[in-house]
Amino acid sequence: MEFETVIGLEIHIELNTSSKMFCGCSTEFGGEPNARACPVCLGHPGVLPVVNRGAVESAIMLALALNCKISERSIFHRKNYFYPDMPKNYQISQYDVPLSVDGWFDIDMGEYERRVGIVRVHLEEDTGKSIHVGESGRIHGAEYSLEDFNRAGIPLAEIVTRPDIRSPEESSVFLQNLRDIAVYLGISDCKMEEGSLRCDANISISVDGKEGTKVEIKNMNSFRSLRRALSFEEERQRGVLNAGREVKQETRHFDEVGGETHSLRSKEEAFDYRYFPEPDLVPLEPDKEWTNDLRAKIPELPQEKRKRYESALLLPKEISSVLVGDRALAEYFERALTEGQDPVELGKWVSGELLALLRQESIPVEECRVEPSGLANLIKLVSEKVISGKMAKDVLREAFDSGERPEEIVKEGGLFQISDENELVGVVDDVIKENPMAVSDFKSGKEQALKFLMGKVMKKTRGKASPEEATRILTERLENQA
Amino acid sequence: MAIEMEDVEHVAKLARLKFTHEEMKKLKRELDAVLEHARVIESIETEGVPPTSHAIPLVNVYREDVCEPSLERDEVIKCAPWAGEQGFMVPKII
Repeated sequence: MEFETVIGLEIHIELNTSSKMFCGCSTEFGGEPNARACPVCLGHPGVLPVVNRGAVESAIMLALALNCKISERSIFHRKNYFYPDMPKNYQISQYDVPLSVDGWFDIDMGEYERRVGIVRVHLEEDTGKSIHVGESGRIHGAEYSLEDFNRAGIPLAEIVTRPDIRSPEESSVFLQNLRDIAVYLGISDCKMEEGSLRCDANISISVDGKEGTKVEIKNMNSFRSLRRALSFEEERQRGVLNAGREVKQETRHFDEVGGETHSLRSKEEAFDYRYFPEPDLVPLEPDKEWTNDLRAKIPELPQEKRKRYESALLLPKEISSVLVGDRALAEYFERALTEGQDPVELGKWVSGELLALLRQESIPVEECRVEPSGLANLIKLVSEKVISGKMAKDVLREAFDSGERPEEIVKEGGLFQISDENELVGVVDDVIKENPMAVSDFKSGKEQALKFLMGKVMKKTRGKASPEEATRILTERLENQA
Repeated sequence: MAIEMEDVEHVAKLARLKFTHEEMKKLKRELDAVLEHARVIESIETEGVPPTSHAIPLVNVYREDVCEPSLERDEVIKCAPWAGEQGFMVPKII
């Protein structure tokens, strides 16, 4: 039997509009429960919802970025079901005529590329939040639940992929790519931990090319849990099939703590949402001009940017991935690049030293006190051999903390590296004279001794010796002694 | 084809409504009449007629993405059959 894993994803992205999908309530995260609700999002009788233009624009941009066709006409439907987090007892969503259909997106898996088809990108509204109160703190065994409708009515873009994904790793890469796109488009902050990016999956195992039974997996709250849940489920289904049994069609929840998926107690009746067109909302007919304007607003997307960094700027993959993975960091890099320094050197510094400092101090790059031009100037001083790489690191640290320009720090501190041959020869000879043990160690073949002697040279020059020059002279003098 | 009693029960259940057997029988007759009407409509030739989802000839009605004040929390909660300081309360779900 030949098994193949088949995965399709359904992703919800909370759009970062200021106001909700159909009313003027604020969408800000957090806040007092039920402080951001009004008759429209509470579903009071006689209210009239009106579509948020900003949400439509965000969803169209996302659809275009995923190569979807924008429907000339789309409508909203009511999806009817009873659940306490739905104040209206229906969710306004899109059904048979969605905003956009039929797209695709290529993911780069290193060894190969995978084209993932996009069934649709549509608009809907978010539900409220239930807080289950009781000893267990979970839905099972709760005594009662509190309903917070601040989230009810926040615009969501729903993205449904074709079952083109073939492994848990591909799922995770797809989701990360999608998140990067949404962040570059500026339409969502896509924080899985805050629930502004959510992902459900359908997974089945085809046997000798014959379609398997789909199982839906829910409650995967991080990229890691998406991978873990799908890997667990992949193994579980293969085990069931290997044992000659059949996979049951069901919905399973991922349990973060145990790393396993569990069957949800299924309701006896199948869901029957009784969709019908939302009579209070008129159709969306985005014209060509609007769509073209939105297309023009799409910035260079992460995948294109990565390709450009690698092919035009010759950045190694590790560096380009780090830079592109954070839109603000990429912008910083590109601003520094205008100063004319070597892109690879610059990329190394931004993705290495600078990023390390930012992370260490938990400062977003937008608030970094070292200007991109300042970093570029610092790198220039290194490439001109005015200061060493080691000195530059210290200067960067100081500039990072004080906000002073790096080139000023170098000038004021009288920092310059010693590469003058005569001066270095003097220092090196002193070091050799003062450390006969290390010298004889070196002569007997101990490479470590060279490092020790270099350390002494650095100490004597207070770190200012050009490492390349000093190493060259030291080795030369030691070998001549022999 | 007439509607079955089970269908009436199913629809009632989805709408969270409880009926006596007598009421169910009455509803079954009424739903039959509705479906019969739908069958009449279905017999009309609609080839080439675009599907109608809305009765008014209006499209693209939008509001700008601007916040407006929400209701006061007390106002929000006032209509709830059961509420605490933090908001709406509902009996256990599962």
